Amino acid sequence: MTSHAQVNTPANAPLNAIEAHHIVKRFDGETAVDGIDLTIKKGSIFGILGPNGAGKTTTLRMLLGIIDPDEGERFLLGSPDPITKAHQVGYLPEERGLYQSMKAYDAIAFMGALRGLPLAEGRKRGRQMMEDHGLGDAANKQIRQLSKGMAQTVQLLGTIVHEPDLIILDEPFSGLDALNQGKLERLIRGQADKGVTVIFSTHVIAHAERLCEEIAIVANGKIPFTGKVSTARDRLRPQVHLETRNLDGPWRSAIPDDCEPLGHNWHFTLPESGVEPLLRALVEGDAGIQSLSIERPGLHDAFVHIAGEAVAKKMEEDNALEGEVA
Amino acid sequence: MIETIRASFVIARRDFTAIIFSKSFFFFLLGPLFPLIIAIAAGGLGQQVRQDIDRPVIGIALEESQAVKLAAARKALTKSLGNGGIPELLVLEGTDPSDPDIREKLDTASKPLTAIISGSLEAPLLTGSKGDVKRWSGRVALLSETALSGSNPVVVKTDFVAATGSSKKRTQIATAQGGQIILILLTMILAGMVLSNLVEEKTNKIIEILAAAIPMDAIFLGKLFAMLGMALVGITVWSALGFIGASVILSGMPSLPAPAVGWPLFCVLMVLYFSMAYLLLGSLFLGIGAMATTVREVQTLSMPVTMGQLLVFFLAAFTVTKLGEPVEWFAVVFPFSSPFAMIARAAQMENIWQHGVALIWQAMFTLVIIRFSVMLFRRNVMKSGNSGRKKSLLARIRG
Repeated sequence: MTSHAQVNTPANAPLNAIEAHHIVKRFDGETAVDGIDLTIKKGSIFGILGPNGAGKTTTLRMLLGIIDPDEGERFLLGSPDPITKAHQVGYLPEERGLYQSMKAYDAIAFMGALRGLPLAEGRKRGRQMMEDHGLGDAANKQIRQLSKGMAQTVQLLGTIVHEPDLIILDEPFSGLDALNQGKLERLIRGQADKGVTVIFSTHVIAHAERLCEEIAIVANGKIPFTGKVSTARDRLRPQVHLETRNLDGPWRSAIPDDCEPLGHNWHFTLPESGVEPLLRALVEGDAGIQSLSIERPGLHDAFVHIAGEAVAKKMEEDNALEGEVA
Repeated sequence: MIETIRASFVIARRDFTAIIFSKSFFFFLLGPLFPLIIAIAAGGLGQQVRQDIDRPVIGIALEESQAVKLAAARKALTKSLGNGGIPELLVLEGTDPSDPDIREKLDTASKPLTAIISGSLEAPLLTGSKGDVKRWSGRVALLSETALSGSNPVVVKTDFVAATGSSKKRTQIATAQGGQIILILLTMILAGMVLSNLVEEKTNKIIEILAAAIPMDAIFLGKLFAMLGMALVGITVWSALGFIGASVILSGMPSLPAPAVGWPLFCVLMVLYFSMAYLLLGSLFLGIGAMATTVREVQTLSMPVTMGQLLVFFLAAFTVTKLGEPVEWFAVVFPFSSPFAMIARAAQMENIWQHGVALIWQAMFTLVIIRFSVMLFRRNVMKSGNSGRKKSLLARIRG
């Protein structure tokens, strides 16, 4: 994992922001979360990936202490009773909500006050943060007078106004336009640079790929993979895209037998032997290389490989549906 | 514990200011004015109608000398019985006292007549409908006797004492009933509002932010105390206006029978027992309302809840005159009727320590209800996806 500037923590402070040991949650006899084990180190940006209904939100709610697991145990910043650490945590739920009649800066202050920040200080910070995010003019407006994007920004600012050590964001990019998604990515990076642990769930893999050092893939209430993004990608061999002048020759022995050309184009998984023997065979065997690229698999490919085709398809459908709604 | 109190204060402050500084709060304050106006208007109309009905005119078909005596007797009797106690008399000029068709005069006289006296003072005949005759025959007999005796009515001298044991008991029962009625009316009007209190958080999807930041008990406590604060503001305003109104219109406060614990303590206990009744019922309603996901569900719940309140009130009202009996003890111990039963005790019993015990008992039960409501809420409402929403309200309460 990439090292980050660590916040000054006491010697006996826990090393992990989150620890979950075999947590299970059932609703009406149906298992929503089925024995998840998860460890998230402090100071990282951690992504939880999975399609809607995979169990991401239920997992986050259990980690935050909103609901209790039926089995297993979890520790948030070292505490088995997460609500006692609420002052150090910022949480943006998937279902956004604010009191409609509150003024924007007051809504930020209220969210800070919930987590122990004095109201006067929260109001001061709220105004300043809105100013910093180019929303100074909207500070005195009621939430109902703001656009959806502005209201979401206000809620996000309310999530971090008390300067938490751990930020948990449930589908933070959902409903945001491309511009605001970019702003949110910068904000997440900014918080991480200060040493804050940021955990977010998403079903848009590109965000996780850009932001996270580590991820957990959630599918059907389980976590089939947790670890570094690079490790996930390494689960798949690189893909070779080759264009040749010739269609046959001794060089064909270097290409997998089941690979059929599409015109003069060849797509295949890089053989176990690696790049060098392949290149040598192509050159010495007179393949007539027109173009050659060796691509490392993306997180999406790794996700499909790890979570399975069905889960990946559902996630793509979720993405498409959200695109239509937006 | 300190964190729960701090967090509940944050919630209470938000809710309280949101309510107090809303436009709708002004209409809330005006609320009791409407039934008051209706009551005054209906009372005035009713009184007018009653006066019209109760001002009977009795026709006199007697010899002239006897008619004069009867009129003099009426004048004398009205001094002691008042104008309303004796019917108005109308001499039917030129009518034969022994006319067999005297009943026809009932419809042909210059004023609508209730009945007609004919015959003689010694043997008066009262003609009229059965109801009117039964109602007025006693007064007619009194008039006739007074007219025949020709004497003035006896004047009764009076000697007032401060209070007798029995009169004190009677008046304290009246105070107990009055106190109960005020308590139940205020609780019924105000506690029901708590039912819809968490709907805003759920429809605005704020509940998850709150639940992740502070203990659920603090959310319930904060909301309850905010609503109690609002209720007390309303009661203060209404009491002040009522006091001013009574002072101006009635030229001073009406003299009310003093309760056993004295007025100052009784007023304090009224506030305390109202608060406890409000918190007890409010915590229950908040718990039930928290299970509801829509305003429509809340409205559906209002009916059985109001019926429940009435049952509690009937229980407490029934026991006012049964101090110390098992049924009264039940009303005292049963948490929801306890505040009403105890205010009745405050009116009739001088014992003060029992109120301390009752208040602690009621407060403890409020906390138990809140804890139970929170448990239900956490178990059944905070679910992701649709599983929580699809279940019926009853199923959610059952778990």
